[in-house]
Amino acid sequence: MQDAFVRAAERWPRDGVPDNPGAWIVATAKNRAIDRIRREQTLARKTELLARAEALPDEEDAVIPDERLELLFACCHPALALDAHVPLTLSLVGGLTTPEIARAFLVPEATLAQRLVRAKRKIRDAGIPLRVPPEHLLPERLRSVLATIYLVFNAGYGPPVRRELCAEAIRLAALLATLMPDEVEAHGLHALLLLQDARRDARVSPDGELVLLEDQDRALWDEAEIAQGRAALDRSLALPGTGPYQLQAAIASLHAEPESDWEQIALLYARLAELQPSPVIELNLAVAVGKAFGAERGLAIADAIPGLDEYHLLHSARGHFLRELGREDEARQAYERALALAPSEVERRFLRQRLER
Amino acid sequence: MQYMLLIYGEDSGWKALTPEQQREMGAAYFAFTDELRASGKMVAGDALQPVATATSVRVRGGETLATDGPFAETKEALGGYYLIDVDTLDEAIGWAAKIPGAAYGTIEVRPIVTDYEAM
Repeated sequence: MQDAFVRAAERWPRDGVPDNPGAWIVATAKNRAIDRIRREQTLARKTELLARAEALPDEEDAVIPDERLELLFACCHPALALDAHVPLTLSLVGGLTTPEIARAFLVPEATLAQRLVRAKRKIRDAGIPLRVPPEHLLPERLRSVLATIYLVFNAGYGPPVRRELCAEAIRLAALLATLMPDEVEAHGLHALLLLQDARRDARVSPDGELVLLEDQDRALWDEAEIAQGRAALDRSLALPGTGPYQLQAAIASLHAEPESDWEQIALLYARLAELQPSPVIELNLAVAVGKAFGAERGLAIADAIPGLDEYHLLHSARGHFLRELGREDEARQAYERALALAPSEVERRFLRQRLER
Repeated sequence: MQYMLLIYGEDSGWKALTPEQQREMGAAYFAFTDELRASGKMVAGDALQPVATATSVRVRGGETLATDGPFAETKEALGGYYLIDVDTLDEAIGWAAKIPGAAYGTIEVRPIVTDYEAM
């Protein structure tokens, strides 16, 4: 896929990202990957999947391994209360105890126990099926399962970091990807979690504060885990279709390069913004476009995003662009606004440094 | 297992429709009922007269008290039901979503108690 990006970025004129760059680029990359992998590696892939299925750990105190996928879908069923999905998944599929889950989510044990009992009773009494949903229900249900696993990971990603939750989320994503090997987003999520987890030691400073990506000590990144993440991303890219987790994993993979390739990152954010429109993704797109194609174009995108006026990162990005464009007064105003809104000391310190310049 | 599909909607909803819309709605319900019956999953189903016809009954101290009106005065009222026999909640949700009234009001899906010992 990265080859396709390089090629496309070379072909497109510097002064214009096409209207729909993401679709084009993903399709191109995908076709090439499909050609390559489908033609040469069908047997190898099956052998590998089989090996990975066999390597899955048997959770002794959890459930029969054969039923874990069905259970996962039952735990994330839309007829269950949303706040029951994560604890139920950790309890029934992950094998965590109620006190462990209560501690991880800072919920009183009695509250959690009651939530779990109610949800389990509903699974039984309301006839929530223990099965992988049929084709017509699968896309929606799979989204719910993926979101639940991602929530488990984010709960552990911190700061404060809770390793065991991240590890559990990665185990669940690996399980899902192995048991549903044809689902592009199962591999996409697995890849994303591995690539994010690989940066865990560099992401938080010794005093517990968040370290921005560009300031992270890359020697602390887990290279082996990055390689695993990229392997999962390749498996995802070999399948038809795309999705938000796959695109985010591709972005994370590019950020793990010695030099971030901002043109490719901008293209991926453009595609992500199409699939999953949100102001925060637009802002990421603006930053990437600014880095790749110049501050003026980045600023134009940032200024067109509605509803982010209370979001410090919007003003921080605007400050950055305005300073690059030599509009110093406006840059200072933007940084001051960002400083007033920033929620953490690390970010305030960063913004004060910008203002002192 | 059996599920009751309870059809809630605005009690005045039917009257608010034009005669043309009422005919369309009626035809949609007939078509749905035919489809459900043909599938072999239908146990029962009826429409209820408007809430204005409701009488609430309570027995207190051995005395029967009948009063005008529904159990609870709400904007949305029970307007009808289907009782179906299907294998899973997913299937029940699928039928509930096909009820014409689901596009205007809410269908509450309730499993029927089968094992009184386990309650």
